[in-house]
Formats: sequence, C-alpha cells, structure tokens
Amino acid sequence: MFQPNSGGGNRGPAAAAILRGDGASDFVPAPWGYFGWDHAAVLFELREVGLDRGGRAVLEQVSASIPEGATAIVGPSGAGKSTLLRLLNRLADPDRGQISYRGRSLDSYEPLALRREISLVPQLPALLAGTVDSNLRYAAELAGEPLDAERTLALAGLDRSFAERDVAKLSVGEQQRAMLGRALAQRPRVLLLDEPTSALDTAARDAIEAALAELRRELEISIVLVSHDPEQARRLSDWVLRLEAGGVVDCGPLAEVLA
Amino acid sequence: MSTSIHIDVWQVGASLALVALAAAISLWRGADLERDIGIATARSFVQLTLVGYAIKLIFDADTVWLVLALLAVMVFFGAITARHRAEKVPESFGPLLIALSLAGGTTLGLVVALGIFDPTPRYLVPVGGMVIGNAMTASAVALNRLGDEMDDARDRIEATLALGATAREAASPTVRRALRSGMITLVDSTKTTGLIFFPGTMVGMLLAGASPTDAVRLQLILLYVLLGSVSISALTATALAYRNFFTPAAQLREPGP
Repeated sequence: MFQPNSGGGNRGPAAAAILRGDGASDFVPAPWGYFGWDHAAVLFELREVGLDRGGRAVLEQVSASIPEGATAIVGPSGAGKSTLLRLLNRLADPDRGQISYRGRSLDSYEPLALRREISLVPQLPALLAGTVDSNLRYAAELAGEPLDAERTLALAGLDRSFAERDVAKLSVGEQQRAMLGRALAQRPRVLLLDEPTSALDTAARDAIEAALAELRRELEISIVLVSHDPEQARRLSDWVLRLEAGGVVDCGPLAEVLA
Repeated sequence: MSTSIHIDVWQVGASLALVALAAAISLWRGADLERDIGIATARSFVQLTLVGYAIKLIFDADTVWLVLALLAVMVFFGAITARHRAEKVPESFGPLLIALSLAGGTTLGLVVALGIFDPTPRYLVPVGGMVIGNAMTASAVALNRLGDEMDDARDRIEATLALGATAREAASPTVRRALRSGMITLVDSTKTTGLIFFPGTMVGMLLAGASPTDAVRLQLILLYVLLGSVSISALTATALAYRNFFTPAAQLREPGP
C-alpha cells in the first residue's frame, strides 16, 4: 500500500468522484496528491509538515491532501493523529512545512475566525460549567450566529429536554454529544473530531455515529475524523489518511486505502 | 501615638527560650524542623537588625527619596520571592514586579492623597513595608493557584479556544479562581480580626503604651489599606501572568519540563 510520490491521477474512479480535475496550472501536488485538482475540492493541503514535542519529532515530513467530504485519519496510538488534527484549526502550529486551507496558507487566516469555521471537538468532553443550553449559547455568541437550540441538539442526537440539563450530570456519551452540539451551534464549515467515541460504550458510540451520518445528510459540512478503529473509518468516511510513527503511510479513497 | 518604650537586648535574648521550646517540640515529635527553626531565628535577627539600622538612617535623613529607594528594593526582592511560589507560571517575574509596584504605589499614593498619613519616612516606611509584604503574599498565592489551575483546566481551556474564544475568554474562570485565592486569606482574617486574633499593629501599639482607641483606629486603617493593596496586586499579577500561557495566536503553550 505504501507508495511514496505516487501522485499521478491514477487512484481510480472513487478519487475522480471526489476530486474534479480541471488542470489548475499553479497547483503543485503533494506526494499523495493528484495532478490537476480543483482548488475548491481540496480542503487541506499539507506539505512536509513536521512538529517536535519535548525534543522528539511527533510529525515528520507529512504531506497529504484532505478533500471536502469525510476524511478519517487512522493509525495506531502515538502515530500523531490528534496532533495533526490540532494543526488544522491552529490550536498548534507546525515547526516545519506548510498547511493550506482552501488554497490559502493557514496562517494567513485570523486564528479565532478560523476556529469558528473549522471547529474541533476534542477527545474528552470539556464543557463549561452550566447547562447544555448555556454552552450552546456561548458557542453561538462567539461565532455571532443565531441559535436554534432544538435543531442543534437534534443534529447532535439529543432531544430538547437536554437543553436545561446541568452538564455535570450528563453521562460521558451525552457530554460528548453536547460537545458536538456546541461545535454545531457555530455553524462551522468543517468539523474536526478527535476520537469522538473512544471513551464510549457501543450504544453511545452508535448514537454518535448515527448523529454524524445524519449531520452529513442534513448539512453541507466536511468532517475530518481521527480514529484508531478502521471499522469506524469505513462507516463514516470516504477518504482516509493513514499515519504511523508521525509519518504518512497512505492517503486516498477509502476503498483503496482500507481495501 | 507618640509613646515609645525601650527594649533591652537581654529581653530579646530571653525570648529565645520560646525558640528553644519550639525546637524541643520539633525534636521530640520528629517534625524535623530544628534546622529550619535555627535558620529562621538567625535570619530574622540579622534581617530585622539590619533593617532597623536602615530605617534609623532613613528617619534621621528624613528624605522621601531614600524611602522610595527602600520601597523599590522591597518590591524587587518581593517579586523574586513570589516568583519561587509561581514556578508553573511562565516568566512570572515581570507581572509580579508590576503588580507589587502598582499595589505599593497606588496604596501609598492614596493614603497620602487622602490625608490619612503624612508623607514622611516615619509613616511611609512601615506602611510601605506592610503593603508590599502583603501584596507579595497575595500575588504569590494567586499565581501559585493560577499555575495549578491552568494545568488542571488545560483540556477545558483548549476546548474553549477551539470554539474561537480569545485567550482571555478561555482563561477567565481560571483567572477568577486564582484572583479569589490571592484575596481570600486577608478577607477572611479581616472578618475575624479582634475575635480570634489581635493583629500585629494593634498588639505593638498596646505594648508600646498607646491608648486602645488609637491602637484600634490605626489597625483599622492598615487593614483597609491592605485590602486595597492585596486586591490590586492579585488582580494585576493574574491579569498579566495568564497571558504568558498563550501564544499571540491564542494557542495554549506546551507546559514546561
């Protein structure tokens, strides 16, 4: 599966369906990219991205393209998946290399506005003290968006009775859905999800996954999902980026990377 | 308030009997504090004696510039001392130095402007010392708490940043708790003063032969002045120091080694 510098537009029909080629002349593809991608179809472009922590390289020479739609970043623990996700809405910046979003360098965006457009839901729920509704309201106000709490809760797989519930009294699964709702209250264009079901039992995981599937049907939203579970990647994504030990081992359509 | 008393060196020496008692208790119960008690006793003797001579010099010279120089030295060493209590806060010296300067300057300035004390070394030196000392304790406690809270709340703060909140918005519950920690000790001790303990100034004045009314009034002034200075120092230290946890792009910095 590992084919460095394989960019050549020969990934097959699945890729063609996602990425419409029109021969954009100024586009230099990443090693995993495709010649002739339309800028609009490429969400994130990473070029030789590296990041060190504690004197150790957590990410090294990461080059990949992430298209619109649903992408799963998969790989074993410690592969650098969560770190990579945090780079995409500038919760951290890479030490080396470049990341672009919709054809523009990520650091040319104002970070706070960028984070409202590209919302990240962390692995563990971390809500503000108060009710679910106060959390949704906080997020909506930050983004300057009107809040339809009932619809937002429904999109996150929660009924409206949750609005007035104290977040401290919710189960972890319910808190995680409230986190998803809080992110959706900002009406982001991209949702970054860091292992959204890792702390949950099967029933709670299914509820989150159902909410995400519904979300993609209802909204024009792209999702980048970190998961250690290839099965979850199969269920939720159509494009896969596989990391191991801080480097990319494969990137492409689901059907080919996780064949 | 003009009464003064004379204390002989032998009286100070005799009080060492209580130090011996403290050391004996530590030895007997294995508290392992004998060495610290010895160091504390020796340091307090040397430091207070030196400061006593310094104050005598300043009183004799009777110039405000020497007072300001002494207070500046106190602020500087206060910030260095407080920094050791705030090890988890990156680059805490600057915020502490500003906090102590502002607390000392504003408080003493107001005290003089309101006509509570005359701008003479006899008032400014002891009041300045108390103000800066208490401001140091309050800002050290506040930043110590800030460091711990920022550690504990990393996930929540980053989750809030991820929504596009500013560093200030994301850190505000944490900064609020740290500020409260810095102020609460003095607020609580002010509540119970006179009931559970007699504060030092009042005790000193009574021992020196002042009337209880004068002693109480001066003590009240000092308590209120200290409340002001402690609030200013804790507020300034936390308001400046929390920024050091973030990058200009509102990213939470990695914790130090």
